[in-house]
Amino acid sequence: MADRGGGVMGKLEIRNLSKAFPREDGSSLVVLDNISLEVQDKEFVCILGSSGCGKTTLLRMIAGLDSAESGSIVLDGEKMKGTDARVGMVFQEYSLFPWRSVIDNIAFGLEMQGMTKDDRYRLAERYLKLVNLTQFRDSYPSELSGGMRQRVAVARALALDPVLLLMDEPFGALDAQTRNMLQKELLEIWEATKKTVVFITHSVDEAVFLSDRIIVLTPRPGRICQVFPVDLSRPRDRTSPAFAQVRREVLDLINLNCSIQ
Amino acid sequence: MDEVSTIAGKVQRVKDHWPGILAIILTLIAWHCYAIFLIRNRFLLPGPVDVFFAFIALLQKGVLLSDFRVSLIHFAIGLGGALLIGIPIGIVMGWNSRMDAFLNPIIEILRPIPPLAWIPFAIIWFGFTPVSAGFVIFMGAVFPILINTYTGFRGVSRIFVEAGRMLGCTRTRDQIRYIAFPAALPSVISGIRIATGVGWMCLVAAELFGVSNNGLGKDLWFFYDLHQMDSVVVYMILLGLIGLVIDMIFRYYIEGRFLKWRTGEVA
Repeated sequence: MADRGGGVMGKLEIRNLSKAFPREDGSSLVVLDNISLEVQDKEFVCILGSSGCGKTTLLRMIAGLDSAESGSIVLDGEKMKGTDARVGMVFQEYSLFPWRSVIDNIAFGLEMQGMTKDDRYRLAERYLKLVNLTQFRDSYPSELSGGMRQRVAVARALALDPVLLLMDEPFGALDAQTRNMLQKELLEIWEATKKTVVFITHSVDEAVFLSDRIIVLTPRPGRICQVFPVDLSRPRDRTSPAFAQVRREVLDLINLNCSIQ
Repeated sequence: MDEVSTIAGKVQRVKDHWPGILAIILTLIAWHCYAIFLIRNRFLLPGPVDVFFAFIALLQKGVLLSDFRVSLIHFAIGLGGALLIGIPIGIVMGWNSRMDAFLNPIIEILRPIPPLAWIPFAIIWFGFTPVSAGFVIFMGAVFPILINTYTGFRGVSRIFVEAGRMLGCTRTRDQIRYIAFPAALPSVISGIRIATGVGWMCLVAAELFGVSNNGLGKDLWFFYDLHQMDSVVVYMILLGLIGLVIDMIFRYYIEGRFLKWRTGEVA
């Protein structure tokens, strides 16, 4: 069992995970093939791959939204079955509940836990402040820009204080400027809250900017092609020569070993 | 400042509506002239002045108010029953595809039967009671509510349910209450709105065919038997106006209150 009280929290171990989807002709399409992976406590890991490589499926399995064919997912020594309160998720699409105001979206998970209105608002307001949206407390999602919506989604996931935060291309639909800003904000939040983060992206730039380690997947079937530690000091400057150097290395590596056949 | 702006607002509102007001006035004048100068027969076509005096007379006798009350009771029974039955069945069918497959054929067979075709059974089962008229309204109102609830639940985006699950909303009951129902609410409400329209039309017919001893539709028929056509027109106009008010309540009050979040979402 996990030692809950102190020390290690948010260590993720994935062992021999495979997933196949049945096809109409009776055969099956292997999406993920024998993935083994360890993510350390408080580590920021990016999973990088082109579209269709199964990276979203991998994340959904960690989240407990999809079941695995074989293999296991272990969080803090405890095997995960289905969705888990210790895991938060930010989706690629806008997943905020449009019928709830910003504060009620953030407080949703707390409401499910049966927390009283005063308590959950007090807590939700703290996370609202963390993502700098205090003045939009009572707005509805339809009144927010895409970037603001994803910030609310981050706050909503963090409000339950998960040890592991999963992010599925959360900034994929945003313009470059907003995207860069949100990446910076996310790192600040990560520094402040110290969660383990698994972040899916297809952008090398994003992966290099954010992560401690980049895990590159090959497409069809998804296999781990390369694990690339990013040794740049934080805060990172994406215009620096060192940054450009790392980015080039990752790109070369992908072109050499992990590209589509 | 405020004073000026409210006055300006009133002027603006009159400006916005004056073509409609003008049309009503012109219609009244045309109706009046046609009835007085061309038809010249109060039985064949009573004029607006006749109708106005008939209205005053009916009001003084106090029948209008009691008719209104009785009709509203019929309507409430029918619509209430339709909400109580239609929404849960719509939810069950929309949420559970096995229940959908099970119930769908029955619904599809019952649905096209015109509500008024139920009148004989309404009388046999419930006699000349308010429930009887309510039952006919129920048959008209229940299907729009059921179908729209069903469609609304079918259309609930998977991402909302999954986001809910990640936030600890895992029990079916909670998923329906906190996610599917609010997501489907616009569709449910528009179903109720359609149902009120259909129900109101069924109400008049139900009362007309003798399912009740009182009510707006019933007395419309009663005055026709007396050949008091000016009173008949009073009831016609009243029925139309009440139907309009019910629809307005939906448009402005209910949608404004429960679907506030949709402003800005749909252009």
